[in-house]
Amino acid sequence: MSRSIAAITGTAGDSLLKELGFTALIGLALTIPLISFETIDDVGGLQLQGRWAATAFIVVALVLGRLGIILLRTPGREVWVANGGAIAAIIGLLDLFRDTVAGFLGLERWPAISPSYTLAFLIGVGGAVLAIRAVVQISRRNSPMTKAERDARAESIGEQVRKLVRVFAAVAVLFALTLPFMPFSNRYVMDVGTLIVTYVMLGWGLNIIVGYAGLLDLGFVAFYAVGAYSYALGAQYLGVSFWLALPFAGLLAASFGLILGFPVLRLRGDYFAIVTLGFGEIIRIILINWYDVTNGPDGISGIPRPDFFGLATMTRRGHDGLPAFHEYFGLEYSSEHRVIFLYYLIVVMAALVAVFTMRIRKLPIGRAWEALREDDIACASLGINRTTVKLAAFGISASLGGFAGAFFATRQGFISPESFTFIESAIILAIVVMGGMGSLVGIAFAAVLLIGLPEVFRDLAEYRMVAFGAGLVMIMIWRPRGLLSHREPSVLLADRSPPGRPAPREAVAAGEVAE
Amino acid sequence: MKRALLTVEHLTMRFGGLTAVDDVSFTAWDGEITAIIGPNGAGKTTVFNCLTGFYQPTVGRLLLERADGEHFLLERLEAYRIGRDAKVARTFQNIRLFPRMTVLENLLVAQHNSLMRASWYSVAGLLGLANYRHAEDAAIEKARHYMELANLVEVADWQAGNLPYGAQRRLEIIRAMCSDPVLLCLDEPAAGLNPRESAELNDLLLLLRAEKGVGILLIEHDMSVVMRISDHIVVLDYGKKISDGTAEEVQNDPRVIAAYLGEEEVA
Repeated sequence: MSRSIAAITGTAGDSLLKELGFTALIGLALTIPLISFETIDDVGGLQLQGRWAATAFIVVALVLGRLGIILLRTPGREVWVANGGAIAAIIGLLDLFRDTVAGFLGLERWPAISPSYTLAFLIGVGGAVLAIRAVVQISRRNSPMTKAERDARAESIGEQVRKLVRVFAAVAVLFALTLPFMPFSNRYVMDVGTLIVTYVMLGWGLNIIVGYAGLLDLGFVAFYAVGAYSYALGAQYLGVSFWLALPFAGLLAASFGLILGFPVLRLRGDYFAIVTLGFGEIIRIILINWYDVTNGPDGISGIPRPDFFGLATMTRRGHDGLPAFHEYFGLEYSSEHRVIFLYYLIVVMAALVAVFTMRIRKLPIGRAWEALREDDIACASLGINRTTVKLAAFGISASLGGFAGAFFATRQGFISPESFTFIESAIILAIVVMGGMGSLVGIAFAAVLLIGLPEVFRDLAEYRMVAFGAGLVMIMIWRPRGLLSHREPSVLLADRSPPGRPAPREAVAAGEVAE
Repeated sequence: MKRALLTVEHLTMRFGGLTAVDDVSFTAWDGEITAIIGPNGAGKTTVFNCLTGFYQPTVGRLLLERADGEHFLLERLEAYRIGRDAKVARTFQNIRLFPRMTVLENLLVAQHNSLMRASWYSVAGLLGLANYRHAEDAAIEKARHYMELANLVEVADWQAGNLPYGAQRRLEIIRAMCSDPVLLCLDEPAAGLNPRESAELNDLLLLLRAEKGVGILLIEHDMSVVMRISDHIVVLDYGKKISDGTAEEVQNDPRVIAAYLGEEEVA
């Protein structure tokens, strides 16, 4: 038998069986403690029940997957892997979406093939990955190109992608601006849109510390919280309006950034990250425990909505001597006005952040941040005061977080320390890292993926977090430097004309005149 | 005529029980190339690290006298102030560029302090005012000038980390020059270069001395570089100075020969 296996796979049958056996063994070792038993609440108390079908399913799937990887090593067998992988992918996806598909085709819902949705998802994705790898391998073998030619082609494709990114960014901005007037737009779409843009702005704010200055900040949410609470408390105790509070929220967050910055900037790497993590927690715990001022875990409710630049209120009836928005503009009253207004507010705030970031990156301070990320010893030897450069990054980044926080407070109308947990910092950091540190377009794209998709797939309930995790792992495997990791130089000598010689374009024009 | 630029007096650096540099005194003259040589572990890089503020010397005085009469005691200054105020620039034994930034950006970072002032600490820059644009143009012209000297104009927009090794060495030197130093400290600039590249390096250093009048302090193992270009050589061994003089004097000094070749055994 082992000889026939050898004939099929091209590898020695014994070693093949050994490899597959090993895979099965590891699979069993991992699944038995984690998956094979479940506790059920029975009459006599908790009972253990075996889940052997699921265990067997996982082990068989693992062995088949391993077989696929082994077959990929043998030229000529990739077709099998491609077909097998595709079948697995289809089965998995059909299983995952069987309600939707059955409903669409008007059929009776069929019984599940895989024991759970999670497994169906994993089978589908695993099969698809195998099939894609096989197809890539086949096309690579059949093409006459050498490795150097392939690299050159990959490079030129990369160049085109970079050009496309500009187009993509322009389309995205246009889409963001027209979203409220799209035919499919409704209250829910606007809410998700506002949420995404808020995270885009937070990502861009954190990007200055993490992406440019290269300091791993795990406590960014602290500045977000400071911004949110400074408006909420200001409105509650002092009756400050949103527009007055906005700059103060930024300033206050920036000063918290500086307070944190002074002691921790001497630290590096992991130690720095841990201290920022601690700072994020300190702020949250203060907010919970300083009950007299912050109302503790109960949070602050009734935070006033922003008015329309001091001209009109965004409520049904005008108050404080201001007319209501629809009265001011002579429109029919609609509760959507306020939602759209808030959406545009955050879009404008995010756009300002983007313009600011793009400009400051080309200034000496921006270049010094990036230089600090690349090599801080070399920076010191060039006479750059690392402390002030880092503090500037910290203060600016924190103030951007503070602005976003003030917006968050006014949009929600209610804030509590619950909104500012570590997971928020982690999500914002994930957006920056996944997007490609330093790339504004990449970060916006990652925010859409990480915030938008889980929101859209809310129907998948708890499985969406599995998909979320799987997505993160996949990005880290295939794009370890982030989705868009290309760094645009802040200045190009090619764009500057040499002294005494006109720029190339002018030279051509002058030449034409001379002729 | 000759003016002392850097006077090192009784420099001693101890790490716990180990004395890396032991009571070393020497002078580097303005507009000259001074080389520090010695076998491995003689304490050459430690002297550099004391000079540029990365170490705090245990004992000693490091006096820098600029042509405009300003004095700086380097042992009292932080590393960045030695670069910014005293105007001592350095390169590193294992090249420290900003690898993901372009050649031109590397040279602009070196002009950080003057550009920062010109941009009114970023305010004028953010507003796009003309004075900052002029300052930036001037900085780019200066960078272009040095790139021409070091033959790097063609690769100005390359990522520094993608340059060939010899070009990275030259870039690190002109990056240090872009900060307008009065004293340029080079830590083994010829390490890892092939003979053609070290000849190019010699030319660049001689050109910098002639055109910019900058004093150069050099640690080097490559004797073809040291003997050809230095005006003055200091020899260290086991942290102590064993010889000091012109190339010829040092080459004939029996103590130097003993340090490099080992002492003749008495039969």
